[in-house]
Amino acid sequence: MKYVDEFRDPKQAKKILKEIDKLCSEIKLKEDRPIQIMEVCGGHTHSIFRYGLNQLLPKKLEFVHGPGCPVCVLPRSVVDNCIRIAEHDDVIFTTFGDAMRVPGSTNSLLDVKAEGGDIRMVYSPLDALTIAQKNPDKRVVFFGLGFETTMPSTALSIMQAKKQGVDNFYLFCNHITIIPTIKAVLDSPGMRIDGFLGPGHVSLIIGTQPYNFIADDYHKPLVAAGFEPLDILQSVWMILKQLKNGEAIIENQYSRLVHEKGNESALSPIQEVFELREFFEWRGLGSINHSGIKVNDKYRAFDAEVEFKLKEVTVTDPDVCQCGEVLKGVLKPWQCKVFGKECTPEKPLGALMVSTEGACSAQYSYGQNIDLINKKNNE
Amino acid sequence: MNKKYKGKKITMAHGSGGKASSDLITDIFVNTFNNEYLAIMEDQARFDMPTGRLALTTDSFVVSPLFFNGGNIGKLAITGTVNDLAMSGAKPLYLTCGLILEEGLPIETLDKIIKSMQKTAEEAGVKVVCGDTKVVEKGSADQIFINTAGVGVIAEGVEIHSSSACVGDKIIVNGYIGDHGATIMQSRAELAITADIDSDCQVLNHLVQKMLSVSDNIHSLRDATRGGVATVLNEIAADSKVCISVREDSLPIRVPTRGVCEILGLDPLYLANEGTLVCVVKAADADKVLEAMKKTKEGKNACIIGEVIDGPEGVVALNTLFGGNKIIDKLIGDQLPRIC
Repeated sequence: MKYVDEFRDPKQAKKILKEIDKLCSEIKLKEDRPIQIMEVCGGHTHSIFRYGLNQLLPKKLEFVHGPGCPVCVLPRSVVDNCIRIAEHDDVIFTTFGDAMRVPGSTNSLLDVKAEGGDIRMVYSPLDALTIAQKNPDKRVVFFGLGFETTMPSTALSIMQAKKQGVDNFYLFCNHITIIPTIKAVLDSPGMRIDGFLGPGHVSLIIGTQPYNFIADDYHKPLVAAGFEPLDILQSVWMILKQLKNGEAIIENQYSRLVHEKGNESALSPIQEVFELREFFEWRGLGSINHSGIKVNDKYRAFDAEVEFKLKEVTVTDPDVCQCGEVLKGVLKPWQCKVFGKECTPEKPLGALMVSTEGACSAQYSYGQNIDLINKKNNE
Repeated sequence: MNKKYKGKKITMAHGSGGKASSDLITDIFVNTFNNEYLAIMEDQARFDMPTGRLALTTDSFVVSPLFFNGGNIGKLAITGTVNDLAMSGAKPLYLTCGLILEEGLPIETLDKIIKSMQKTAEEAGVKVVCGDTKVVEKGSADQIFINTAGVGVIAEGVEIHSSSACVGDKIIVNGYIGDHGATIMQSRAELAITADIDSDCQVLNHLVQKMLSVSDNIHSLRDATRGGVATVLNEIAADSKVCISVREDSLPIRVPTRGVCEILGLDPLYLANEGTLVCVVKAADADKVLEAMKKTKEGKNACIIGEVIDGPEGVVALNTLFGGNKIIDKLIGDQLPRIC
C-alpha cells in the first residue's frame, strides 16, 4: 500500500537497528541502568507493540510508556459524569469507541448502553452534530476527549453548531493539553527518563516550538516522531545520537507532516472555543494544573457541564494502584502490586490496564509468553 | 414476484396464520425454494438420510445493512449454516428457514432475500425443506432476522476437530481475510468511507470435499466468521493445547481492506469473514491440499500462513514483518476503534 509500506520496510529497519545497537553500546550513563526513552503518545505505544519493536531493540534500551493515551488517563469522576448525562431519557450520548469500556466508580458506558442508555459510537464530532440535527427532540452530547490532536475537530463542530443554529448539541469537554503533562512527568520525583519520543499528531497541531523548555530547562532530548515502525526507529536513533554527543535539542523526524510553528488553521478554532481549566484530575497522575480544557463563555450554550449542571467531583484512584509510578518509568507494569491479580484488562482497576495501548494492558496481553516464543523461533 | 405484492409491505396479518400468511408462504417461499419436501406444506419435512454420522447446526442472522457488496442477509443465512456443517467434513443436505419479520418490511425486499437464499442453496447443493414466519410490531426487530438450521452427513473415517491440531501442522487459509468485516464497516453510511471491497460471502462445502479427497490428514477446519481468523486460531490453540505461530508477511489481505483497517484502527485478523476457512493439516500433506484448493473458485488465493509450534499452550503469536513477535489474543468484547 503506497505511503504505508515504504515506512514498514524490514530491510531498512534492520539497518537502523544495527546503528541503534552500536549507539547504545557507546552511550555511558552515570548510573548502571538501561537507557529509558518515554514515548509520550499512546499511538506510539500501540505501534511499538503492534510491530514487536520493543523485542528488536537492545536490552540496554527501554521504552517507558507515557501518559499520552487519553483514554487511559480519564479519571473515574469524568466517566461517572458521562454516565450521569447518558442516563437522561432525552439524551443521545456520543463518544469515540475506546472510551466505552473505561470504568467509572461502579460501571462503564458499555454497561449503561446494555441497560438501555442511548450511547452511540462515532468517529468524528461532526457525526455527533449530524445526529443532533436528525434528532431535534433529543439532547445530543459529544464526549470530547484527547490531546490537541482531537481538539480542532471538536472546536469546529461547536462552531458549526452555532453557525447553523443547532440548539440541542452539547460538548462534554475533557480535552487535555500536552505541555503541562510532560512538565508534570519531568517534575515528578524519581524521574529518570533520558529522552522523549514527541507525539506526532499533537505536534502536527502545535508545532515543535512549545517543547523547547524540555531541552532548555530540563536538558532532555525530544524528537517529534511519526507512527510507522521506521519513523519510530529513526526517532530512537536520533535521540540516542543526541545522548551520545551529550546534546539535548528538539528535533523533528516527522517533517513530512509536522512544522515548527504547527498548523494555524487547526490552532485558531481551539483558541476560539476553548480555555484552560485551573485544575484537571488525571487517572494515575493526580491533579495537574492547567492541563485540562473547557468550553469558554462565548460558547457556553453548548457546554454540557452547564446544561446538565455537573459538579466537579474527585474520585481518587484505588489506593493499591501504582499507575503513577509505572507512568513515570519508576516501576515496570509487573512490579505493581495488583498487576494481573486484582487488575486485568477484563476488570481494570488502574488507568494503564484500560485501553489496549495502556502500558499494563499491553504487557498483560503481549508480555507473558513472548520470550518463550522468541526462543522457539530462534531454534 | 407476484405483481400483487408490488409496493406492498409486511403487516401483522402476514404472521396471523390466515389467508395473508398462507398466500405469502406459497407465493414467496414455496415457489422460490421449490422442492418436494417443502411443497407438501405440513408441519415438518420428511426425508431419508444416507448412512453415516449426522452433523446438525443452527445459526441466526441479524446483519445491518441487509444488502452489501457481495451479498445480503439471505445469502449469509445459507452460507453460514452450510459452512458450519462443512467444517466437520459433512456434506450438507437440508436446511430450515425461520424468519422474524418487522411490520413494514417491503415485500419486494423479502422476495429479493428469499431468491438470494435459493440461489445460494442451489450453489451449495442443499434444499430448504421447512420454515416458519413470524411478524413482530414495528420497532420490535430490525427489518428481518433469519435463523437457519442445517443437517448434513459425515463420511466414514472423517474426523475433523478443533482439538486435533498437532505440533508441526501447517495452517492454511483459502483466500483474502477480513473482506466481509471491512465491507460491512464501509457500507454503514455514517462512516462515509468508500473502498472497493466485496464480502467474501460464499459456500465452502465443495472446497472442503475437494480437500478431503486429497488428504486424510486434515486435523482442524473452522470458518473464520465472527472474531475473524485470530479468534478461530485462538480456539484451535486452546482446544488442541498447542501454540500457533503466524507469519505477518504471509497473511493475504487486500489493499482496500488494509486501508479501511488503517483508517479505523482495526486489525484485519479480527474482522469477520463469511467464506474463509482456516485449515490445520499435517505438514506432509500441506502442499497437496494447497494445490487442490488453488484449483477451485473458493480456494484460488489459498496460502499457508503459519504452523503449529511447540510453545506455550493456547497461545497464538504473530511473527511481525520485522521479526518481533506479538501475541494475538482473544478479543475482550468487540473491537473498539481507537481515538487517535
